[in-house]
Amino acid sequence: MDVRDDVVDILSGFSLFADLSTPERESLVDTFSEETFQVGDRVLRQGLSGSNFYVVLEGTASIMVDGVDRSMVRPGDYFGEISTLLGVPPTADIVARERLRCLVLPGADLEAFLVTHPRVMYRLLQGEARKVRTTTRWLS
Amino acid sequence: MVELSEAPFPPGHYPLVVVGSGPGALQLTYSLRRLGIEHAVISEDPAPGGMFRRWPVFQRMLSWTKPYAEYKPGMRAYERFDWNSLLADEEQNRAVMTTVMDGTSYFPSRPEMQQGLVKFAESTGLTVRYGCHWEATRLDGQEFVLETSDGEYRSPIAIFAVGIAEPWKPLVLNIDGVQEYGGLRPVETYADRRVFIAGKQNSGFEIASGLLPLARQIVLASPSRTKLSVETRTLVGVRARYVQPYEDWALAGGVVILDASIESVERTAQGYRVQTKSPSDGRTLAFEVDDVIAATGFVCPLRDLPNLGVGTFGQSRIPSQTAFWESATVPGIYFAGTIMQGSQGLRKHGLPSNSGAVQGYRYNARVLAAHLAESRFGRTLSRRRLEAKEVVPFLLDEASHGPELWHQRSYLARVVVIDPDSGITDDGIQPLADFVDSAGKDAVAVTLEANGKDDPYPAIYVRSKGAVTEHLMPPHPLLDFEGAEYQRQLSSDLQGVLDAALTTSPQ
Repeated sequence: MDVRDDVVDILSGFSLFADLSTPERESLVDTFSEETFQVGDRVLRQGLSGSNFYVVLEGTASIMVDGVDRSMVRPGDYFGEISTLLGVPPTADIVARERLRCLVLPGADLEAFLVTHPRVMYRLLQGEARKVRTTTRWLS
Repeated sequence: MVELSEAPFPPGHYPLVVVGSGPGALQLTYSLRRLGIEHAVISEDPAPGGMFRRWPVFQRMLSWTKPYAEYKPGMRAYERFDWNSLLADEEQNRAVMTTVMDGTSYFPSRPEMQQGLVKFAESTGLTVRYGCHWEATRLDGQEFVLETSDGEYRSPIAIFAVGIAEPWKPLVLNIDGVQEYGGLRPVETYADRRVFIAGKQNSGFEIASGLLPLARQIVLASPSRTKLSVETRTLVGVRARYVQPYEDWALAGGVVILDASIESVERTAQGYRVQTKSPSDGRTLAFEVDDVIAATGFVCPLRDLPNLGVGTFGQSRIPSQTAFWESATVPGIYFAGTIMQGSQGLRKHGLPSNSGAVQGYRYNARVLAAHLAESRFGRTLSRRRLEAKEVVPFLLDEASHGPELWHQRSYLARVVVIDPDSGITDDGIQPLADFVDSAGKDAVAVTLEANGKDDPYPAIYVRSKGAVTEHLMPPHPLLDFEGAEYQRQLSSDLQGVLDAALTTSPQ
């Protein structure tokens, strides 16, 4: 994999990886790869299969459904987990608002990663629970 | 001075300048010449070949050229079985590697690879200004100025094909005496020694394979589990050629393969002490070894391009690029050869393109040359007209036999544009990312895709009224996608966009 070693420090501030030891965070450098996107680049594409799991390191991106800007992701946020876990295409585009730097895990590797890092799985579940709560509030 | 005056491309103004003389630069200059695009090519090397003038260190390529295949050398479909030859329009210049290999292996030796590249350059009449060292770069108005050992080159377009071949090692390995890929001693000097190799990708396993007959003990370590290409069914992972150390480890034969980070390396009276730590359970191990070798990756020798604003990513400092291999941050600077992997495409299922290898970037170069001809030199390249009834068999033939699609899965695609006014045209091979992300006329793109577990399968992308939809086809055990089932599905997928054309296109 090809990830700069400054990532270990950046990840120490993210809640998703808060329970990992330093060696465990260092091993992520070898597990994930790194991608950068420029303003306007699509990271996830609505309706296209085979997407991956992303963790935002730097920058922001829009969550766009059918071309409508619905929300935003920031450093520490992650996306792609729903389509990856369910094996379905994403229901939104993720479009870089500014230069966006991400860690990337192939979709097929997410299950094994979560199973071997149960504390990350727990934190991810908490994140999903927050999303469900927000959606429920919005619907009601 | 006599040599200097006789060398081609003296310093001065050019419409385009290419830096490099490895396979990436050679393929690009060939393709530009075929399109009549005037340009200069400069290289610090004395002859063609790039990194293959020195590497792989154990002198055998990882890429095939199969002398006997389903198709004869020289046919387009044969390119699927020949990963090493550059592409030529003239039949006599195709499949050059088959003419220089001695038949003892279908993986060419390094000298054979070098010989093939020299032969291609000579037989196609490519010219390069060799021994011209690119030293610095600056922007002067709309022109890039390349300062070289021979003088200044000025051009609005600069294309760098300088490889990703500078070994890189982390700080923990920055210890006197730690060797790097390319800096190994003669192989016999490793006899009866304990060797610690940091890194478990192909370069680490290549070194381990080469030292297996000699070393007393070999330790390979990095934090992540080793992936094998036969498991991923892609070029991601250690190739089968280098799996022998893995078996020696599995059978407890003097090889240790460890998922561990390297905590420290210190010199001792006898050699080195290496401390490792498991990321999963924190267990530490100490190794007393005679040699430490860093196989921890390579960086891109971009010199001062980052100072011009060329953005990079990853430990390899690969430039971020558009779908057409232009710097994402400095327009006018492009890349060729293995650096093209910085244009990552869709990375479906997490799988990278093959743009890091000859069999991938040779096609990118041809696409880039055509793109530059049209976007920067005002050319309009001819495009073949198709009748509506030809579209389905044409696309399925491409999926079954098109070498660009086989080598650059989910990355390059055959595109057919469907215009109710002007008819149906073959738009050639295009980057898939550009197709799905740009608005344009109604069109169809076909590519091959892989998901890391099944056989490859065709994927169809239909752009209609600006929206792109994906249609995946099933895999076929014999990789033949031209049968009735595929014809029916593709006809159905294309019905909407073809309907309009059918009413206007000649039948």
